[in-house]
Amino acid sequence: MSKLKADTPALQKANVSHLQQTEVIRPNRFLLYLRNNYMLYLFLLLPTAYFLIFRYGPLYGILIAFKDYNIFQGVWASPWNNFASFKEIFSMPQFLTAVRNTFLLNGLDLLLGFPAPIILSIILSEIYVKWFKKISQTVLYLPHFLSWVIIGSISLQLLSPESGLINNLLLKVGTTEPVPFLTEPFVWLFTYTALGIWQSVGWNTIIYLAAIAGINQELYEAAIVDGAGRLRKIWHITLPGLRPTIIILLIMQVGRMLSIGFDRPYVIGNPLVMEFSDVISTFVYRIGLQSFQFSIATAVGLFQSVVGLIFLLTTNYIASKVGEQGIW
Amino acid sequence: MKKGFKDKVFDSTMIIITAVIAIACLLPMLYMVSVSFSSNYAITARLVTIWPVEFTLESYKAVLADRSIVGSMIFTIWLTVACTILSMIMTILCAYPLTKKKLKGRNIFLVMIVITMYFSGGIIPEYILVKDLGMTDHWSALMFPYCLSAFNMIILKTFFSNLPESLEESAYLDGASHLTILVRIVIPLSKPVLATLALFYAVGRWNGFQDALIYINRQEYFPLQLKLYQLVYNNQMSEIALMEGMSNQNVTPEGLKAAAVMFATVPILLVYPWLQRYFISGVMIGAIKG
Repeated sequence: MSKLKADTPALQKANVSHLQQTEVIRPNRFLLYLRNNYMLYLFLLLPTAYFLIFRYGPLYGILIAFKDYNIFQGVWASPWNNFASFKEIFSMPQFLTAVRNTFLLNGLDLLLGFPAPIILSIILSEIYVKWFKKISQTVLYLPHFLSWVIIGSISLQLLSPESGLINNLLLKVGTTEPVPFLTEPFVWLFTYTALGIWQSVGWNTIIYLAAIAGINQELYEAAIVDGAGRLRKIWHITLPGLRPTIIILLIMQVGRMLSIGFDRPYVIGNPLVMEFSDVISTFVYRIGLQSFQFSIATAVGLFQSVVGLIFLLTTNYIASKVGEQGIW
Repeated sequence: MKKGFKDKVFDSTMIIITAVIAIACLLPMLYMVSVSFSSNYAITARLVTIWPVEFTLESYKAVLADRSIVGSMIFTIWLTVACTILSMIMTILCAYPLTKKKLKGRNIFLVMIVITMYFSGGIIPEYILVKDLGMTDHWSALMFPYCLSAFNMIILKTFFSNLPESLEESAYLDGASHLTILVRIVIPLSKPVLATLALFYAVGRWNGFQDALIYINRQEYFPLQLKLYQLVYNNQMSEIALMEGMSNQNVTPEGLKAAAVMFATVPILLVYPWLQRYFISGVMIGAIKG
């Protein structure tokens, strides 16, 4: 396109014969471009089809949030319902509970799960026994690759009140009653958060470790000359060096406050702790695919997408502003 | 430089803390291994901690005797391999053209793809689409709807863009087509990041649970995770396992579940350590771009 624009002033000055010449050349240039690059478009054919069908196709289905969806009539023929689904969800106590729980569980992850990898990565960076560091990193990354169904199965066998290993050991040590890790709502909140940390703490150190590796080594050498101990070096060099990474990741995690995975609360949760374990994703699944209230479930999903998007864009904007102030 | 006493104390403290955390990561899995190899009596008497007690293979025999679990396993292995291959082809085909700055319409493609990272229809519209396409209760519902990750594509595109341009250009001047350049130059130079993405796709499919829960009702297309979920949470011991458990008293539900968990875990554990040195770079590119 830029080529064509650049040609325009020249064309205005040019005489008729010149103009005819360029008109002959122009389609040739385009054909030449196509002949050289058609393969690139051929490559993009399948991916584009994928995005249009499976990523943009569902957007059409959002219409049913505004309709009385009837499976037999289909999306288009179902009658409009004048925002009845939206009015209904905001009068549903379960929906409000699900929104609250989403914030609650994500908030706990932020409060306890966010600092954990920072601390662990600093500890790891202070280890100079290479083989030990390598083995522990391998082990620490491992839980990240386990599914929530597997983690849930393991946690059942470890934490159940009657037969779980942990309660067994606790009873031997001298506690009088088994701890209801999975069945008492407030204890469950702790279990949910702890399992999340267990799964992801090691994996999340990767990015912090890379940031620590990027800190200028001369700073540490200068600190040694000044007589700083290990803790002082961590406090005055490592932590400030991590600050930009921490801030960006923190802002991004806050941006995802309203989005929550399905597997973790669904598998770890159970009917006894529903008051805390029912989040937006599980709520949508329950009313949409188990009770078949498609319009209402879609309205909830749309609410989550839109509010989540606003959250994300706001925090991304803040993140870019922070970034612009120089990587501090 | 000689280390002072204080430094040595500090070093050992760090090592001890790390060791404790690493053991905490490993112990739950070790416990499952022990339970899966322990005898019925040892499990019910709560004797098992970190080593198998009264070593036996009965739990594994019971799992393998269950046709539906073995069927799920074979299906999941097939599905994971097929999905990973398809996803890698799609990701490469998508990423390579988008690294070409002179490609006309490049920005249109990029914007179209990036939008999907921020906004989606939600699970109900996706379910309706998959149903309308007639894919529910069929393996295709587990393969196509998530066969290309915009996130992974961006990682690969970033990596491709950082390859030295001169190589491609000289090949281009020698008359090589884009396909030749991609297959002969770009892909061989990108093996580490391709291995990483393949691992991400494979683990994602192997561990995938939600889509199966939503789309699949027929036993023959149950991936292992869904099968395991039903086994553990709905106590759907299969008939054979139940009969066996009742007849010879050799198998407890716990042992059976632990053995089933092993079948779902071990394949990942076999692959992952070999790829560990590669995936750090993949994670880093993703973190910077994402």
